[in-house]
Amino acid sequence: MRRAVVTCLYVGLAAVTLAFLALPIAAIFVHTPPGNLLDQLSNPVVKDAFVVSLKTSLIAQALILLFGTPTAYLLATNRFAGHSLAVTLVELPLVLPPAVAGVGLLVAFGRVGLLGSSLDAFGITLPFTQSAVTIAVAYVASPLYIRQAIAAFEATDPNLAAASRTLGASPARTFFRVVLPLARGGLIAGLALSFARGLGEFGATIMFAGSLQRVTQTLPLAIYAEFDQNFNATLAMSGVLVLISIVLLLGLRIGLTWQGSSSKRSLFLFGPSASD
Amino acid sequence: MARLVLEEIVVPLRSFSVRLSLDVSSTMALVGPSGAGKTTVLRAVAGLVQPRSGRISSGSTVWFDGAAGISLPPDRRMVGLVFQDYALFPHLTVRENVEYSRRHKADEYLDRFGIRHLERARPGDLSGGERQRVALARALARDPEVLLLDEPLSALDAHTKADVRTELQQLLSGLEIPVLLVTHDFEDAAALAGRVGVIVDGELRQTGTPGELVGRPSDPFVASFTGANLLHGHAEPDGDATRVRLADGTVITTVGTGRGDVVLAVYPWDITVSTSAPNDSAMNSITGPIDNIAELGSRVRVTIGPISAEITAESLHRLGLRLGNTAFASFKATGTRIVANGNPNEEETR
Repeated sequence: MRRAVVTCLYVGLAAVTLAFLALPIAAIFVHTPPGNLLDQLSNPVVKDAFVVSLKTSLIAQALILLFGTPTAYLLATNRFAGHSLAVTLVELPLVLPPAVAGVGLLVAFGRVGLLGSSLDAFGITLPFTQSAVTIAVAYVASPLYIRQAIAAFEATDPNLAAASRTLGASPARTFFRVVLPLARGGLIAGLALSFARGLGEFGATIMFAGSLQRVTQTLPLAIYAEFDQNFNATLAMSGVLVLISIVLLLGLRIGLTWQGSSSKRSLFLFGPSASD
Repeated sequence: MARLVLEEIVVPLRSFSVRLSLDVSSTMALVGPSGAGKTTVLRAVAGLVQPRSGRISSGSTVWFDGAAGISLPPDRRMVGLVFQDYALFPHLTVRENVEYSRRHKADEYLDRFGIRHLERARPGDLSGGERQRVALARALARDPEVLLLDEPLSALDAHTKADVRTELQQLLSGLEIPVLLVTHDFEDAAALAGRVGVIVDGELRQTGTPGELVGRPSDPFVASFTGANLLHGHAEPDGDATRVRLADGTVITTVGTGRGDVVLAVYPWDITVSTSAPNDSAMNSITGPIDNIAELGSRVRVTIGPISAEITAESLHRLGLRLGNTAFASFKATGTRIVANGNPNEEETR
């Protein structure tokens, strides 16, 4: 009898939790009939914001991949003085309020900032440009990729890299033929998380890049700008971001399952998957 | 055949340093308890750890020379290293694993090791024995000047182990390169290698053929590691022989010379077991209840007091030996050896 009550309590609490999480998502789509979504996609504000978001996100993620991957590999495979300091630095943007990150970027790269005058000498002005959006996105989203990448590299058996070296492979060939393929799933998962975080970036972007349509106005900024102008546009853009988030989350799951199946074939997050 | 030579290499580990010299032609085994630094020696040869000093050379090529500041990276040392867990690349097929060093097409090696039918399989789908064959094929397809085997039999279950040991024996006898293997099992070492070095805490205690190690163990550790029973006692010369009085008062006669506290080694296969007091040429007899009977296939270890005797399963049944029965373990004076003379605490034995 008592066990039944406890079970009911658990199920009830779980149901409330899930409903709480699902309700806002459902509400967006209830308020956005597919017709409205398509109509609003031809709205110039929505279209411009979509293009700005996509462009800045792709460039930011490419930069994160390019700089973050070697950084993560270095941190995963070496222990040196200042190692934990470096890891803390990598993780810092994760807990930093985005508005604070924006202020920091402004006083670092702004005209009167630390590097501003040097950049000015080269004729480079960053604040309130599209490059500023990319920088803000890269700054706040990078920890999600780098952390996951460190974990993925740490999980690869160091003996496999050692075996590769004894078989005549250079460090570079070892990295691309052994380490990278084995860490692949984790890297993809990290990139998906980082992409999602970057796409939703608001605070740092508005501080450092402003909200100029067609230049720095990303989808989240446009959602805020259109909030009291054109609520249908707000809903449509929200719907787009929800859809992208769902696709990314699915990609993440597949990425993790993929990594699981390559290292340990019996490990499945969601039961036997089609990829195996 | 080119030789692998290690000259006074020193590799610091957490609680001790590996310090040794080796000259390997044909097949040599390093044998010792786990944590003795055996794997470190292999990793130093392969270039995966850097010794603090010393010199490692293969034939006329210097791989490492601390004094001259030479240390070739692992990919420039022609070694085939077979890891204890084989370290096969899980994301590559058997064929891709064997061809990883890009020196040969895999076909010859797949055929030679009887794994052609597995070429498209991934390591995760293979049995332990199959994995080892792939690992050996992969290492040899690199054209190594030296083959290194880390605990080649420890990842296998007892049933597979016997077969793989035979396969490995045949393979090693046909190889024309120095082979250095490490194992914690003296029997495996003796079966696979012509020369065996016993390593403890990073240092070689004794090197020789398996027969030499068993016949003339240099210290109690080597004796016990090669399978001997160790008896501690107090020795007094008595004419040509030496009498050793054990703690329980039993007196053992040995042909070795010694005085004071000594350790005697007696091998299990030099001991006979009987149910009544023996009346033969054996000078020594220890009596007591049977403490343990362990069957190892057709052989049986019977423990009586401080010593274990090895007899056949047939003898066990013929004599009707059971746990707790009183039995006599007897052995000749010539079957005993004094392996430590003087202070018995100097050599702590396992």
